[in-house]
Amino acid sequence: MSSVEAREARQPWILLSPALTAVGLLLFVPLIFIVVYSFWLRTATGADVAGFHLDNWAEALTDAFYRDILISTLRIAAITTVVCALAGYPAAYFIARSRGNKMILLLLLMLPFWISYIIRTMSWINILGVSGAINSALMALGVISEPINMLYNETTVILGLVHFLLPFMILNIYVSLEGIDTNLEDAATSLGATRWQSFLEVTLPLSLPGLAAGGLLCFVLGAGTYITPLVLGGPTDAMFANLVFEAIITQLNWPLGSALSLMLLAVLGLLVAIYNRYLGMAQLMKGLG
Amino acid sequence: MTRKMDATTRYERARERVLNGDLDRRKFMGLLGAAGAAYGLVTPYRALAQSVSEVRFDGWGGVVSEALRANAFDPFTAETGITVVDGTFGGGDEYLSRVKASQPGEYNIAHLSGVFDYARYHGLGLTSELNEANIPNLEYVIPKLVEVFRKVSDGSLSCVPYDYGTTGLAYNRKHISDEEMKEKGAKILIDEAHKDKIGGWSDWRTRMWYAALQTDQDPNGVTDEDACWDAIRAHRDLALKYWTSGAELMSLLAEEEIHVTEGWSGRIYALQEQGHDIGYYDPPNGYGWQECMFVLKGSPMEACEELLNFMLAPETAIAVAEGQNYPPALDPQKVELGDKIPTLPAFDPSGTLEGLTFADPAYWNGHEADWSKTFGRVQKGY
Repeated sequence: MSSVEAREARQPWILLSPALTAVGLLLFVPLIFIVVYSFWLRTATGADVAGFHLDNWAEALTDAFYRDILISTLRIAAITTVVCALAGYPAAYFIARSRGNKMILLLLLMLPFWISYIIRTMSWINILGVSGAINSALMALGVISEPINMLYNETTVILGLVHFLLPFMILNIYVSLEGIDTNLEDAATSLGATRWQSFLEVTLPLSLPGLAAGGLLCFVLGAGTYITPLVLGGPTDAMFANLVFEAIITQLNWPLGSALSLMLLAVLGLLVAIYNRYLGMAQLMKGLG
Repeated sequence: MTRKMDATTRYERARERVLNGDLDRRKFMGLLGAAGAAYGLVTPYRALAQSVSEVRFDGWGGVVSEALRANAFDPFTAETGITVVDGTFGGGDEYLSRVKASQPGEYNIAHLSGVFDYARYHGLGLTSELNEANIPNLEYVIPKLVEVFRKVSDGSLSCVPYDYGTTGLAYNRKHISDEEMKEKGAKILIDEAHKDKIGGWSDWRTRMWYAALQTDQDPNGVTDEDACWDAIRAHRDLALKYWTSGAELMSLLAEEEIHVTEGWSGRIYALQEQGHDIGYYDPPNGYGWQECMFVLKGSPMEACEELLNFMLAPETAIAVAEGQNYPPALDPQKVELGDKIPTLPAFDPSGTLEGLTFADPAYWNGHEADWSKTFGRVQKGY
């Protein structure tokens, strides 16, 4: 290999080295710590005992409590993803096919990201609360005489998650729709297809990679959240990340919390691996870019 | 004339040399890397080496933090030049987790609740040893409050008692009368009549304490645990929401999302001051607690002791107490406490605190691992 070729081969690594160093130090090293911690034990006083013990893993994998909450978490994430897809597709389609005001619409889509996620989540309390906007309006209009309890249940958790994740879905579908040649739809209609048929037969299949990428993002982010159920959930609406939070913060049981967080990571990692196997990560990168 | 060169000046000079061509790029990057590594290595120990210019304080946030900031920290900084950086936490467990993840000296003083917290920190080797000669204002504190801490840490002190209060029953008078509250007491939290209008703190100790009251047991000596868990489940099924902070407690009551919950006496008093028609009732054997200013091991002791002494000065402690609505730990037999403090909930004019039931630290810490975990499950529907 000539010196020029060797330099060219090195260049990408040199350019990538800051990012790789950051990922290594901020992601992989802490992850190794978490793996090591998951084999330690917590004493009655809250102190940790180093060693190689499988107790936490045995508990995390065999206890029905964790399994049930994990299933419930995946169910809530799946419902959220479906709602985001149903609500996000028309919006993305409208933005992609609009003329002139596309940039304004995209800017409007990005606006919520300028506000803290926690504040956005808490805003639902002022909308759905007993003295919130909806109850006040309904009572002022004489539709109801007593305020309706709308907050602190699974529906409000899903609503909060949809509010948080919808822009991710719309952006991914939008990127996918933008890449579709509109002449294909025209060609389909010129061959006798109705507008609806051309959408079903041409546009929708071609935009599926974007829909799948948005779905994956929504599902993974939704399944890993703990703020939304904490703020908008009722007593029994906890998700798996809340268990991790409780084990680490409330019970000071870092070893068990580590095992639980790795368990969630493994489940979501498996999902990403399946997605990558069949659809590849390229579409996801486009949507994130 | 020479002057001490700081890191920024050193970097600017090195950069200038690179731009002038006096230093090759590789050497510059090497120096930069070495500087970064040195900074990273030295930073954790800087607190030990440098003169103390700031002290970190962590507390409960909201009106409590506001009262401390206005009446204690800002005047202390003005007098001594030492800045007090204040952070907040939602509970002692959360704070302990942060301390566990920190470097020694990173956290200094915490507004801890309950002797059980003090005992827990002592058990984890986090206690320091205060030089009481530097805190002469300790003499004004109710002796009973001091002694209970001494017993835990073998005669020495790692904290000074600061205030006390109760976790009693808070109720909206529009929906629950004073008579109904007195008649039902703690059992009102498991009363079907108030389904979906009941709240509760997501704290296992408080839940277990009230479950003991609901099942007619001694909170410091539960004999029928199953009955308590059943009471906690009953409360969970009737509750709209477990609250996690004082701010959320006040919001839920003020917005009338809930009509009844147990609540912290000072926060409920603050709601009453704001004009909300919220009643407060301490049931028999209600949950009394005392708070302290705890100094963590590895903190700059003299600066912390100076701050604690400043905070215990009667004029400061009274102003803070009036702001946060919790009676101060000052002995009413030794210090004239003014007009407002005798009106605060839980205030004991005798200074003996005989009327309050406190959590037995050994008993509660003995059950901590088991009960906190079980509550985590019960809370989620199990």
